[in-house]
Amino acid sequence: MMIKFLKKYKYLLISLASVAVVLLVWYLLIDVMKMTKSSVFPGLEKTFRTFIAKLTQKKPDGATLGQHLLESLKVCLLGYSIGAVLGIPLGIAMAWNKWCDWLIRPVFDLIRPVPGLAWTPMFILIFGIGIEAKAMVIFVNSFVACIVNTYTGIRQTDELHLWVGDVFGASSWQKLTKIAIPTALPMIFTGLRTALGGSWMALVAAEMLAASKGLGFMIQQARYISRPDLVIVGMLMIGIVGLVLDIILQKIETMVAKGMNAQ
Amino acid sequence: MSVEQKRKLITCTNIDKSFKVPEGIHQVVSDFSLEARENEFICLFGPGQCGKTTLINLIAGFELPDQGSILVAGKPVTSPGPERGVVFQNISLFPWLTVMGNVEYGLKMAGVPKKERQERAQKYIDLVGLQGFEHAYPVKLSGGMRQRVGIARAYCIEPKVMLMDEPFGALDAQTRYLMQEELQRIWQTEKRTVIFVTNNIEEAIYLADRIIVLSNCPATVKKEYVIGLPRPRQYTSPEFLALRKEIQQ
Repeated sequence: MMIKFLKKYKYLLISLASVAVVLLVWYLLIDVMKMTKSSVFPGLEKTFRTFIAKLTQKKPDGATLGQHLLESLKVCLLGYSIGAVLGIPLGIAMAWNKWCDWLIRPVFDLIRPVPGLAWTPMFILIFGIGIEAKAMVIFVNSFVACIVNTYTGIRQTDELHLWVGDVFGASSWQKLTKIAIPTALPMIFTGLRTALGGSWMALVAAEMLAASKGLGFMIQQARYISRPDLVIVGMLMIGIVGLVLDIILQKIETMVAKGMNAQ
Repeated sequence: MSVEQKRKLITCTNIDKSFKVPEGIHQVVSDFSLEARENEFICLFGPGQCGKTTLINLIAGFELPDQGSILVAGKPVTSPGPERGVVFQNISLFPWLTVMGNVEYGLKMAGVPKKERQERAQKYIDLVGLQGFEHAYPVKLSGGMRQRVGIARAYCIEPKVMLMDEPFGALDAQTRYLMQEELQRIWQTEKRTVIFVTNNIEEAIYLADRIIVLSNCPATVKKEYVIGLPRPRQYTSPEFLALRKEIQQ
């Protein structure tokens, strides 16, 4: 019974153990051995207390942790979904139709190497420091990742599979929707996951440049007033949320792209 | 009814086919003619790269001949079509569909309602001996089982002609024997006109009513053998071995 339980949750248990070790080392070095001053690197206990307090307190940056998180998530998911909704069909179109490819590719290849963050100044000039500028930065990030991966995925379509479609009299549309897109699904999900991770990272960076709320803003403010404990709370939050979002997408992928990975 | 009285289903007349390659023009099929009657099992037997696959692709309609004509059931072949089922050499199952999904695929494309197509697919899944695996994904199946699915998929749209391009070429020797027996059983249950490409002489003698021996590239008919041995044949019977010796020379 016990062994069965251990076997089933082996991976989870090891993951938890690895996190626990890091926390323990942190606790020993800072809280017990007092290797640094807590104004430079705070201990585990203090960080945890700051976390609990920040759940309800608006000091020192004008919003609770939950409000910052919600603001960041809102901007991130907004920009991300628009990027995905536009990027995936465009990637499909470019990979499936050579005219689309010829028309769009030159422009796309030109903007692709520009990192999302490099768009920030331009977007701030155009949209101000509101939600739009940041959402646009995220949009660019997710748009590019979705197009590149979707395109690659569709291009992986096996010619033999298209022949099978021909044998059974599949129309061009059926070959796209019933053969090419299923082939590309794992790559599309890779794109979605890359884009989500990238969006989340770009957002926090954008918030550090221009924002009045959000996790990135909170971290930046905490740095100004020398609150490393709050910086760490913010960083941990970013990490945890990023991880949770990725896990959710992974779960959706295993539900949607069945049979495509050797389980 | 004797074989001669049955109607001709496939007629290939003086086919030429060549491909452009960097070195110039590479002729793969030259002056190939073939007549296949209804429910006849024909093996195209020839060495490695002799253009056998090209012949299958031509009859299937994936490629068009440079010269000559191909008629299937009286109609010229200009593109692939559902009266010609194809079993491919490589694994060509859709990995994102279950066994059932793969087998019923052709019927789905033809717009057959779900209930009917699942019943028909089930019949062929049973025929190839895969009952119980309807909901398995190809990744979980062995090579032999995957080719069974391939055969069921081709059978499911009930084509007049089955084109098989070295379907057992990638299987290990033991599975290959088993699949030859299975294919014979399936074919005897549900007779079709079969064009079966192989480079394995035993396989050809075991399965064929008639063996067309092809010359090396460009492919053309070198010799023809009518195999009259009663089925099921024994790989080690004296008649079998004698035929094998004769054809191999």
